Amino acid sequence: MTTSTPSPTAGREVAARVVGLSKTYGQGEAVVRALDDVTLDLYAGEFTAVMGPSGSGKSTLMHVCAALDSATSGEVLIGDREIGRLHDKALTLLRREEIGFVFQSYNLVPTLSAEENIVLPLAIAGRKPDRAWFDSVVATVGLGDRLDHKPNQLSGGQQQRVAVARALVSRPRIVFADEPTGNLDSRSGAEVLELLRASVDTHGQTVVMVTHDPVAAAYTDRVVFLADGKVVDELRQPDRDQVLAIMARMSDAGPGGPG
Amino acid sequence: MIRAALKSLLGRKLRLVMSTFAIVLGVAFVVGTLIFSDTLNRSFTSLFASTVGDVVVRPDGGGDAPGGVLSTRTVPGDLVGTLAAVPGAARADGMVNALGVYVVDDEGKPIGGFGPPSLGANWSDAPAGNGLEGLQIAEGRAPEGPDEVVLDAATAEKSGYDVGDTVPLITTDETANLAPTLVGVADFAEGGSLNGATYAAFETAEAQRLFHEGEDEYESIWVTAADGVTQEQLLADVEATLPDGYEAVTGDEAADESASDLLEAISFLTTFLLIFAGIALVVGSFIIVNTFSILVAQRSRELALLRALGASKKQVVRSVQLEAFVLGFLGATFGVLLGIVLAIGLRALFATFGLDLSGQPLVYRPRSFVAAYAVGIVVTMAAAYLPARRTSRIAPVQAMRDEIALPEESLRNRFRYGLLLALVGGGLLAVGLTDVLGLGRVGWFVGGGVLAVLLGVTAMAPVLAGPFLRAARALYERLFGSIGNLAGQNSLRNPRRTAATASALMIGLTLACTMAIVGDSAKASVDRTIEESFTGDFVVSSIFGGSFSASIAERVDGVEGVDAVVRQRSGFAEADGDFTVVVATDPESLERLGVTFVEGGPADLTTGTVLLGDSYAADRGLAVGDDYVLDAAAGTVTWTVAGTVETGALLAGGVIVSIPTYEAAGYPPEDSMLVVYADDAASGLQDRLDEVLADQPIVTAKDQAAFAAEQREPIDQFVLIIYALLGLALLIAVLGIVNTLALSVIERTREVGLLRAIGVTRPQLRLMITLESVVIAVLGAVLGLVLGIGFGVALMRAVRDEGLEVISVPFGQLGVFLLLAVVVGVLAAVLPARRAARLDVLEAISTQ
Ligand SMILES: Nc1ncnc2c1ncn2[C@@H]1O[C@H](COP(=O)(O)OP(=O)(O)OP(=O)(O)O)[C@@H](O)[C@H]1O
Ligand SMILES: [Mg+2]
Repeated sequence: MTTSTPSPTAGREVAARVVGLSKTYGQGEAVVRALDDVTLDLYAGEFTAVMGPSGSGKSTLMHVCAALDSATSGEVLIGDREIGRLHDKALTLLRREEIGFVFQSYNLVPTLSAEENIVLPLAIAGRKPDRAWFDSVVATVGLGDRLDHKPNQLSGGQQQRVAVARALVSRPRIVFADEPTGNLDSRSGAEVLELLRASVDTHGQTVVMVTHDPVAAAYTDRVVFLADGKVVDELRQPDRDQVLAIMARMSDAGPGGPG
Repeated sequence: MIRAALKSLLGRKLRLVMSTFAIVLGVAFVVGTLIFSDTLNRSFTSLFASTVGDVVVRPDGGGDAPGGVLSTRTVPGDLVGTLAAVPGAARADGMVNALGVYVVDDEGKPIGGFGPPSLGANWSDAPAGNGLEGLQIAEGRAPEGPDEVVLDAATAEKSGYDVGDTVPLITTDETANLAPTLVGVADFAEGGSLNGATYAAFETAEAQRLFHEGEDEYESIWVTAADGVTQEQLLADVEATLPDGYEAVTGDEAADESASDLLEAISFLTTFLLIFAGIALVVGSFIIVNTFSILVAQRSRELALLRALGASKKQVVRSVQLEAFVLGFLGATFGVLLGIVLAIGLRALFATFGLDLSGQPLVYRPRSFVAAYAVGIVVTMAAAYLPARRTSRIAPVQAMRDEIALPEESLRNRFRYGLLLALVGGGLLAVGLTDVLGLGRVGWFVGGGVLAVLLGVTAMAPVLAGPFLRAARALYERLFGSIGNLAGQNSLRNPRRTAATASALMIGLTLACTMAIVGDSAKASVDRTIEESFTGDFVVSSIFGGSFSASIAERVDGVEGVDAVVRQRSGFAEADGDFTVVVATDPESLERLGVTFVEGGPADLTTGTVLLGDSYAADRGLAVGDDYVLDAAAGTVTWTVAGTVETGALLAGGVIVSIPTYEAAGYPPEDSMLVVYADDAASGLQDRLDEVLADQPIVTAKDQAAFAAEQREPIDQFVLIIYALLGLALLIAVLGIVNTLALSVIERTREVGLLRAIGVTRPQLRLMITLESVVIAVLGAVLGLVLGIGFGVALMRAVRDEGLEVISVPFGQLGVFLLLAVVVGVLAAVLPARRAARLDVLEAISTQ
């Protein structure tokens, strides 16, 4: 295991913890191990990237952690709550209160304006948005006067920033983002990444992001590498070259190749 | 290409079933109605064939009397011998026929009475025409003397009498009550039935004593052909010897005459059922249009891909049309099956009303099935035509794009066409209702007008619905917060779809609402007319609406506390092709009955003259002194108009004659209503009247309130039957909402997934879809109520002259309809909401 700096994890609060997590699809011969005994701590106030070849289980990990999917075995703790035994209703409330999610393909509600989309999770919960917080989120999102536009009147980058704002507005314990810049050009991508970075730096938001892009990974505090459903490597304060080096090594190693 | 079309059909079974449902129902109505009416036809044709001889001799013009009226004119008995001696004749038999011979069952209730007649006759073993066996003694023996009777098997069984029992009979002539002994039971040797009529036969002399005051005369004479002689040959022979004043017809002709008269009289029934088939199909085609529009929109990417892969425009359009064809075919097939069940149901239903067709197996004519498939397939394909056409405008390049907006005609244009159509419809309706141009065919104009207005409003609905949906959204947001907002936004998302779905409900509710107003107004009018014109203290009338023995009046007159009794008689006649009711009473009683003279006075009503209702006379351009010609029971008569009167309830027909004039026109000396005036001090009169009428269960005495209630009852029943039938249209509309919602949920799967992902709970999701459903239903209801009130009021205004003066809008009932719409909305949402709530979040969110 390559660790460029000694782990300064002592004393840090854990926002979410995964212990011995496995997830399989299918049965018998056709069984696919998307996650294979993954144990991982995700620290509060940290921006973590998850990287790995296609099919290595990154999305699966996000989904299970975000209570969108259930594990085959192992535990997921959000804060100190084990989510494995929660029923639909409790999981829904958990997602509403504790978790934010950003999808690769924006996923805004087409009938609602940008502003309505942003406050939707709060509105559904019947909560009033904290005005100051809302303003600061909106300010960082930088939509300006386009807040009352419908999603189809916004560019992809703008839509994704709305989606990020939506994930941030309810001050969740943790935000998961699955390839949030995957559909964007490098400039729009950079804007979204800066937005996420800023939320970590100024508000101490915890963010976990899946990405294939070493440049994107360089925005984060920590990179976790997955291959074949296992955590195979980790990097702190990464820069682009270090990430590229590990990625190259992993594809040399063979079995984790794209598939 | 065909394969692809069929595959996509199979891939959507549930949607398929739901959109075919309307076709199934519509076709079922068509098939059920056709099968039932064919069965009815066959049954009556064979029944009448067994009620005529080879040649029938009757008084001149005997076939001209309006259907169901039996003339008092007769054929003399000595003619029987003359006819039997005719060269081609094997035998001749005199036939006595009477109506209104009611059999009272062993619990004191009269059998039948509504619809099919209660027949009385002389027993005869004469064979029916073409050697058919008519009724034969199946048990016991023929009647041989006074106080003996034979009943038909069905009646004997229903009434619970066995051979040897005493059978209480009520007749409408002077004798009023009989109690002969049952000596035999008659039945059709080769199967068949009297279709619910009751039949009581006496020995000939006894029948003549009962129905002809002992005179040797008959209603008709049957002449039976000798071996090898045809009906036509026999007819020629008979005509050669026939004295003046009598006519002879072949049995075939006489049977046809009676059958077609009767079938014409009940043809309204077929029309009525077919109208509902039409309504079901119109509502159904709305749903098909909508379903196909949504399916085509959802599949536009797939269709664009097919185009990109080299399919021609034509192929793409054809593939959608092929789907419609298959759907129509399936719908028609299920419709035929359901239609047969419906025909069986109709037969059972009519049996409970006394029209017993159990002896006649259902008649399946190829026409019924051809009609079913034609209707099913044509309606489906016609409804799918526009959506199918639209697919041709999908460009191959759209396969590459993310969102596909199908090119659609602008809403504004659509609104314009709709407005135009609605205006034309309004015009047709006005022409039909007022008949200003004197074009006749009122039904076609009114029906066409209503349909055009409905279609026009449907076309305008997306625009009309806009403000309503926005208001609903605002209200929802207020009441249910963001979930309400989402629901409101969803209904606004595609106003076309929302409006089309609502329109299906609109049609049913428009008609229901019109019916509610017509029914309520009719009842209010009845109440008011009775209130204004009810004179006397009691009315005595038959519970079957027919006539009763003239001796009842004397009985009632003898009751203590009765001051006076005024008789009224009424019979059907035909003037200028219109049915009218001729009312006869004593001229001196006219003032007492509250008849107000416009011209002339009671003294002018002498024998051979007539009083006409003022509007009736005005409509026909008749004035005092003119001749009034009509077909009465005995044939054509001419009366002189002696005066005009204001139209009122008790003399509703507007044609009034004296009793001698009435009898001279061939109507039997039987009363149809008695108006009873009590002494000032009389009390407990109702009980005493009931007592004297106890052995006449077919007549009752009632005061004003009871009489009004009795008159309102058929209106209520009629309205209820219509509601029941409109319930089907409602059901189709509900399925339409279910279908649209289900399709919308599928279309928005990803969005639903997202909402769940960001914390919308299942109940919230269900609420959202329910709210969306309710807004559609209420939109349909509101449109329907507005149109229904419009139609109802227009209709009632148009018939104002016909004595229905009150226009009453039952707002309470309309409120119930609105509530019903909310319930409908909630119910329609159950399945789609459940489906949405059960979607797997991850799968939903990754759907393309
Ligand atoms: N619903 C499913 N059913 C069966 N197998 C699945 C399912 N979802 C994912 N898998 C399998 O699980 C493995 C991990 O998938 P996952 O989507 O987590 O990969 P990923 O790392 O996100 O890949 P990518 O970088 O391409 O998004 C893959 O082999 C995939 O084929
Ligand atoms: Mg992935």
